[in-house]
Amino acid sequence: MRVIPFITSAVITTGLVWALNKPWGKTVPMPMGKFLSPQHGFWQNAEASGYDYNADLKFPDLKGNASVYLDERLVPHIFAENDEDLYFLQGYIHAKFRLFQMDLQTKAAEGRASEIAGPVAVNFDKEQRRLGMRYAAENAVKETEKDPVSLAMFTAYTKGVNAYIHSLKESEIPVEYKLLNSKPEEWSNIRTALLLKMMAKMLSSGTENDLSYTNAKSIFGYDAFKKIYPQVPDSLVPIVPKGTIFDTAGIVPVKPATADSLYFGKKDTMMVAEISKPDKNNGSNNWVVAGSKTLDGAPILCNDPHLELSLPSIWFELQLSTPTSNVYGVSLPGSPFVIIGFNDSIAWGVTNAQRDVKDYFEIKFKDASRKEYWFNGKWEPATIRHEEIKVKGGETVYDTVAYTAFGPVLFDESFSNPLSNKRSLAIRWTAHEGSNEGFTFYKLNRAKNYADYADAIKTFQCPGQNFVFASKTGDIAIWQQGKFPARWEGQGIYVMPGEDDSYNWQGFIPQAENPHAKNPVRGFLESANQRPVDSTYPYFIPGSYITPRGVSIEHFLSGMNGITVTDMMKLQGNYFNSLADDAVPILLKYVNESELNTEARKYIDIVKAWNLEADPASKGQTIYQCWWDSLESAIWRDDISKTDPMSPWPEEQTTMELLARDSSSLKYIDNVNTPEVETLSGVVTSALNKVAADLVIKEAEGKLEWGKFKNPSIYHLIKDGLPAFARKGLNVGGNGNIINAVTHSHGPSWRMIVHLVSETEAYGVYPAGQSGNPGSKYYDNFVDTWVKGEYYKLWVMKASEAADKKVKWVMKFGKG
Amino acid sequence: MKFIVAIVLTAFLAFSGGLWFDWWSVAVAAFIIALLVHQKAGKAFFAGFLGVFILWGAFAWWIDMKNESILSKKIAATLPLGGNVILLILLTAFVGALVAGFGAMSGSYLRSSK
Repeated sequence: MRVIPFITSAVITTGLVWALNKPWGKTVPMPMGKFLSPQHGFWQNAEASGYDYNADLKFPDLKGNASVYLDERLVPHIFAENDEDLYFLQGYIHAKFRLFQMDLQTKAAEGRASEIAGPVAVNFDKEQRRLGMRYAAENAVKETEKDPVSLAMFTAYTKGVNAYIHSLKESEIPVEYKLLNSKPEEWSNIRTALLLKMMAKMLSSGTENDLSYTNAKSIFGYDAFKKIYPQVPDSLVPIVPKGTIFDTAGIVPVKPATADSLYFGKKDTMMVAEISKPDKNNGSNNWVVAGSKTLDGAPILCNDPHLELSLPSIWFELQLSTPTSNVYGVSLPGSPFVIIGFNDSIAWGVTNAQRDVKDYFEIKFKDASRKEYWFNGKWEPATIRHEEIKVKGGETVYDTVAYTAFGPVLFDESFSNPLSNKRSLAIRWTAHEGSNEGFTFYKLNRAKNYADYADAIKTFQCPGQNFVFASKTGDIAIWQQGKFPARWEGQGIYVMPGEDDSYNWQGFIPQAENPHAKNPVRGFLESANQRPVDSTYPYFIPGSYITPRGVSIEHFLSGMNGITVTDMMKLQGNYFNSLADDAVPILLKYVNESELNTEARKYIDIVKAWNLEADPASKGQTIYQCWWDSLESAIWRDDISKTDPMSPWPEEQTTMELLARDSSSLKYIDNVNTPEVETLSGVVTSALNKVAADLVIKEAEGKLEWGKFKNPSIYHLIKDGLPAFARKGLNVGGNGNIINAVTHSHGPSWRMIVHLVSETEAYGVYPAGQSGNPGSKYYDNFVDTWVKGEYYKLWVMKASEAADKKVKWVMKFGKG
Repeated sequence: MKFIVAIVLTAFLAFSGGLWFDWWSVAVAAFIIALLVHQKAGKAFFAGFLGVFILWGAFAWWIDMKNESILSKKIAATLPLGGNVILLILLTAFVGALVAGFGAMSGSYLRSSK
């Protein structure tokens, strides 16, 4: 043995192995040796294009035999002998195709993103915990456990997910784990509840503006505030057809005596803002046309939920079948059941209610320990929750959250913006109230008629949804369903005093009084995140409503007869800009063309010739939108910048209505920061002159066309962390206030059309693919179909069709 | 001849080891083969290096061909290798080969009688 050379080379070898077996900070977050090894690393996730999914598997938790037929689009058709096996298999299949997504989303929901992303996510995690996300999920699980059927279904699902996780070899874990150097974690019922609470946050936490409205009130005063942020827009076309007579309110909340002085009249600002406030465009369209309006007399139901578009998608398509039930649609990986879909008798879809169900109360603590707070005339003990946030590549962070009679304290001295005046704000949010939303879907999946549907949805609490419905027997209906506080006029749109019970919610709107409509004479119903009812509804119902899409849908549907599926596909892809229809005449009326610069003159000609369609090739849409945004900025920015953070922008719709109604009363046109007094004509003209310079640059880059300008893109869940995993530059038009609501990375996350003829005919598409594996051809294979506005015909497989050529692979399951 | 035998045996043992053990078993495989098939340190290094270079390179290339480069393009853009799949395959082969080369060299020195 040559000792010195041996030791030297052995040290080099071990050193190399050591160096290649550990991550190196941000630039190389994975152990390179393991990552590159063709037998262990990412290469193992590169799925062969002819990959064989056939399998024969045995699990002790199964009660009987079952088969999962995978079709040519990798849609599983799950056939089980009983419900528990059905949801076991749904869990198994979800995990097989979407494990990383399920794991990441529920960890983030719980406030554990720092375990994956490192110190950058600590404040996000603190906020999730202070929002009480885990507390909400625990309450949901407690509620679920009261019902043996629900408990059995959720537990079967959990077992299915874990059966898959346990079957995984290290080399088979999803590639994202290998990139991030982490591992999948066991599933549990609480994680399913966390996933549903993630949806609750997405859809019901960003629909209030209490903090920023408090600021806006301090700028404008209560009376002007009501005009700038109105409850009932002039152009509103509500979900419940106008003219419907509402019952007298079953509960009449009483305004506290101090409200005028301590609440409405208080000039107060809130120097805090949420870190991860959900996008208010998390909206959707759904509508249903009755047989009286369709060509063949069968109802047609349509739904396209607008969410952040991602790879993999939030949705996973499947069929769930047992001898007693048969349902098809999209599910949420992380939860059992079909969420939007149809069965052999009915179809249903959802849009977001956009109601405000989260309020802020200012808390007075006795001292910095925050163990006691002043409530109803005495010091009450707060319930303290200790939070431990583990941080990848950093020290564990600890936080203490006080829970009051209202709910958790979101902001206080130890968690607030640097600017904050260190005030303590508790939230009350309906997502915290124990509820079992999953059970609604269990029942909807099996509903046979209107009565079953109405019964299924009535326990659904949060996030409030517009459940649209149609049955083969010809009924159409819509319910805005959720648990909504009964408020006195103005309650809960600003931060409220929390030193006693007087500003607390006094009760909830009785479920039967939730806005609803069934079989209207006009033969159609629609919802598109607008205010559900007109001003005759007997409750004060603030929210973040979106008006224009409802106006467009109502406009088109009322003019249509002899409707076919093709007509409905065209309507889901419709690019008509109904807001521009009202706004362009205002712009053209007030613009002073003689004051325009050369470029602006060229662009105004394009706007004049524009057909109001926001298609991807439209230049008019780009110029109009930039011009309008520039005008809004000129009108409002100086005013709303008086607070820090900035007060909210008034809705585009509101600005348009204010200008259309009476321009002279709009004193906000004047820029308070300049000596001269601006006029509407002046700001409209200068707004176009200003954007013309930017548009010239865009035009030179070849980005004046709307599709190029907004660059529609679908990112991987890790966003900027994995840009190469995204699909960018998609050739689609649309915008948030247009029926085809595609913005830069947000829009119709699933388009579905169900024609309720005797043998249901259904179509659907979502912009991603069934497999979450970036190394699979099924990762993004639906994207191009979605971009083109095309659909797949959805195949409701029958048990007798196992030999059909559409079945590409069979996974057989049995007890063992 | 010995050189080629060592290359083939290293590749074979490294592959078998990879079925059961962690990725760095390629170093152990090269070390064992260098002990059994004795060559001078330099030759042993290159035999170990080439054995795993060929194994990992060919394996990655074969997977990539069947996958139609769906994943490798994404990884090659992420690492970052400018999206160049060939570079990614070469990097893969080189990393495994380097570790195996030094493993083999250690084996050779262990058996050397000065």
